[in-house]
Amino acid sequence: MQVPILKQGLFLIATIQSALSDADLMQLRDAIVEQVGKRRSRGVIIDVTALDVMDSFATRTLRDISQMIRLRGAETVIVGIQPEVALALVQLGLNLADVDTALDLEEGLAFLGQKIKSFDHKAPNAGREMGTRER
Amino acid sequence: MSDEHQRSGRKRDSAEPSIEKTAKVVKESRILIQSDLDIVEARQQGRMMASQLGFSSSELTLVATAISELARNIVAYASRGEIALKLVNHSEKQGIVVIASDEGPGIRDVSLALQDGYSTSRSLGMGLPGVRRLMDEFEIETTLGQGTKVTVKKWTNG
Repeated sequence: MQVPILKQGLFLIATIQSALSDADLMQLRDAIVEQVGKRRSRGVIIDVTALDVMDSFATRTLRDISQMIRLRGAETVIVGIQPEVALALVQLGLNLADVDTALDLEEGLAFLGQKIKSFDHKAPNAGREMGTRER
Repeated sequence: MSDEHQRSGRKRDSAEPSIEKTAKVVKESRILIQSDLDIVEARQQGRMMASQLGFSSSELTLVATAISELARNIVAYASRGEIALKLVNHSEKQGIVVIASDEGPGIRDVSLALQDGYSTSRSLGMGLPGVRRLMDEFEIETTLGQGTKVTVKKWTNG
């Protein structure tokens, strides 16, 4: 079961639509990491609303994706973790603390937009400072 | 689904070794576990079976997640094995029993494997303390070089 990855402006959106095997998850990881460069994306949203179970492998793969995307210079946010899944993750003792999450797609887009805005604000400021110094 | 069969009637079934002497197996299913696809199959069947009892959707997710981890252990440590799912009546209670068995290497130090944060396979699978927290009852039998059998149960309103 392949996960569609759509481009929306500066972002990629991967919407998981059914249960995924380990092989599917690894394929998703590789596809996202590749696409983020190919499409010069600044952020990635992974929508897991349809996932009814997140076990140790799924959790680990999502963490891996997030870290790999950061190494590629973009940001990842996981959206749509269901309440039952959140409970199971906590009980199981699985940690997603180093991964950004948001309630749903809308919140995820807002989160990434904010993150990229704060990043872009720093860049022109730095340029201006350099300009003043030259004068 | 084809290997699933219904047991009805009041008679106690003696052909099958019962989980507990007073527990009656209402429904049973076995899934061969030898690849990552079987992990998905096992947890989906488990959720489906458990949904026939009065579990909340949170409890169904806990059961499915526990099955996923147990099946994962089989693939990771023993390559192949079996997940048996049983719906049981135990006096007043109803519940699901999950038995994950394999003929793998066994676990050298069970008490260590039941400690939080311990795993020999880079935290892929094992997670036994987590599985224990997801379910109401947890039992493990293991013999080095012979295999491992983990039995977990969850009762409705347990």
